[in-house]
Amino acid sequence: MTEAAAVAAESLAGSKARAARTVLGQVVLPGEELLLPEQEDVEGPGNAGERPLRLNAGVRSRVRVVCGPGLRRCGDRLLVTKCGRLRHKEPSGGSSGGGGVYWVDSQQKRYVPVKGDHVIGIVTAKSGDIFKVDVGGSEPASLSYLAFEGATKRNRPNVQVGDLIYGQFVVANKDMEPEMVCIDSCGRANGMGVIGQDGLLFKVTLGLIRKLLAPNCEILQELGKLYPLEIVFGMNGRIWVKAKTIQQTLILANVLEACEHMTADQRKQIFSRLAES
Amino acid sequence: MKETPLSNCERRFLLRAIEEKKRLDGRQTYDYRSIKISFGTDYGCCMVELGKTRVLGQVSCELVSPKLNRATEGILFFNLELSQMAAPAFEPGRQSDLLVKLNRLLERCLRNSKCIDTESLCVVAGEKVWQIRVDLHLLNHDGNIIDAASIAAIVALCHFRRPDVSVQGDEVTLYTPEERDPVPLSVHHLPICVSFAFFRQGTFLLVDPSEREERVMDGLLVIAMNKHREICTLQSSGGIMLLAEQVLRCSKIAGVKVAEITELIQKALENDQKVRKEGGKFGFAESIANQRITAFRMEKAPVDTSDVEERAEEIIAEAEPPPEVVSDPVLWTPGTAQIGEGVENSWGDLEDSEKEEEEEEGGSDEAIVLDSVTVDPGVDGPSAGSRDAPIVLSDSEEEDMVILEPGKDPQTIRTQTVRAKQEPVPSRKPARRRRKKRPAQ
Repeated sequence: MTEAAAVAAESLAGSKARAARTVLGQVVLPGEELLLPEQEDVEGPGNAGERPLRLNAGVRSRVRVVCGPGLRRCGDRLLVTKCGRLRHKEPSGGSSGGGGVYWVDSQQKRYVPVKGDHVIGIVTAKSGDIFKVDVGGSEPASLSYLAFEGATKRNRPNVQVGDLIYGQFVVANKDMEPEMVCIDSCGRANGMGVIGQDGLLFKVTLGLIRKLLAPNCEILQELGKLYPLEIVFGMNGRIWVKAKTIQQTLILANVLEACEHMTADQRKQIFSRLAES
Repeated sequence: MKETPLSNCERRFLLRAIEEKKRLDGRQTYDYRSIKISFGTDYGCCMVELGKTRVLGQVSCELVSPKLNRATEGILFFNLELSQMAAPAFEPGRQSDLLVKLNRLLERCLRNSKCIDTESLCVVAGEKVWQIRVDLHLLNHDGNIIDAASIAAIVALCHFRRPDVSVQGDEVTLYTPEERDPVPLSVHHLPICVSFAFFRQGTFLLVDPSEREERVMDGLLVIAMNKHREICTLQSSGGIMLLAEQVLRCSKIAGVKVAEITELIQKALENDQKVRKEGGKFGFAESIANQRITAFRMEKAPVDTSDVEERAEEIIAEAEPPPEVVSDPVLWTPGTAQIGEGVENSWGDLEDSEKEEEEEEGGSDEAIVLDSVTVDPGVDGPSAGSRDAPIVLSDSEEEDMVILEPGKDPQTIRTQTVRAKQEPVPSRKPARRRRKKRPAQ
């Protein structure tokens, strides 16, 4: 830890930016500065160390670089805002030169709303023509009663205080109140809306949610073999699960919570034991 | 910050589960969560974990003048703090109703039960007595604060040592720990709070409610008791009507629970004493379990790299004759031909086409698709260090590289190479290969 802190202090003091490509998979700390690979190439290796480069360097920046969570563009610099491991994903088209998505994989419980995220919220108040929805962020999100499938001025959705809502953020930035909708751009519900009255809601870390939502997640496939179940994952760390009986629902919830600290072997053992009983 | 509201769905589920005698964490009705007691390096410092609820206790002492009406008694002072770290809903620097209630209950449980001999804390009657201060901090809130706090307070008091004092005539001497061993407080008995939560107007009863159970309960009964089954405090809140038999039953359960917890406390104190005497390692750092997050771990798949080269050659040999990959070249003009559905290609003048290709690599989409299978030529196949990385095989003849997944059978790999060759842009390459091969055959 002290070593990592020393690295951060050095990078802050000397304003020495590390190249993003060299620290992939390594721990980065808030305040650190990164250099993007295509800028290194253009400037030559000698120059790149001294001077942070622009993201939008005119003609040169043919490659599209996306800053994911934990990274922020600050003027012409790329800053780290979260503590965690730096990750990179190549663009889907090809790997021509340093484009793609960079983000920081961190472990946290506090959710910060992000535009486009699907979350589970709890309705806390009905006021006028909007609902206030608690999503676990710093302030409640607003949800218009017209933002449901088939809702009109006359035909209001049946939503009570305390109900669970699965929706998507359309406005989420640091200066404005976050806003949710329960329809997609075509006006279809697409799975969103009010979640049924049964089932259990529980909270896990955000990292576990991302892991579970990853394509081809083994945990979920194994879980599906265990019992027939209905499950909703919110990017805000909330999971709603419903199985046939209360006992099964409880088992599923506890297994999902425990998965975070289990190795693949331990997990397989537990699943096989559950399948037997 | 506002408290996270409890959804209707959670409330309904919890009540239904309680009716079926099930709890969220798999406990039985009368079960406590696991209790863990750990000690700090200093005397009188302890941490009590009750499931995920966590309370830190610290005892300190001071020489003060006694209260006027009790000249020969030391002073006991309790203070519980609910920090925002425990739950975001707790506001700092404000005495909430819950906090006042908890502090009052603690005082009644520990001071009014006279578990500490306050007379032994007197140094000079009417002039100097010891003031013992117990500070309790809630570090994490997951329900049943009062039980955890009462355990933490009594454990900290049992663990505490005050400096030794001697009085000779008018002279009072205070000894440092180096001069004389500090003395423990005289503890008469260990009062411990046990909470009972009632649901459905007292129909259902749970011991040690968790945070979510506390939110849906109708009433709470707290019984403070010591191991001799003497009730020190009894408090019912929430305004439910309890029958006499219910209270009696609760006190019986409390007796059992208190006996278990007292035994645990004594064992923990003995262990700490033993470790300190033997000069082993003690303190919080020793007792914190190392929990690893494994959900993000990449499984290391062992890759056999011993016969990679032979296998690669085998695969290349198998994949070599491209059956219907190259369609018949269409001859547009002498020296210009088209293969497949690609753009026109003039492979008569090689230099030009190479330039074109370089340009296309940057620009057009088709070139990028090809790039996804070609890899930086600097990386050589078997030496590509990391075992997790896909193996890269170099097809030395054409500087055309193919990525092979370690587990794939040759058939799929072959289709991959074939697909790569089907790309319209490098149409020159397969053609050239054929030309090269012919003399060999």
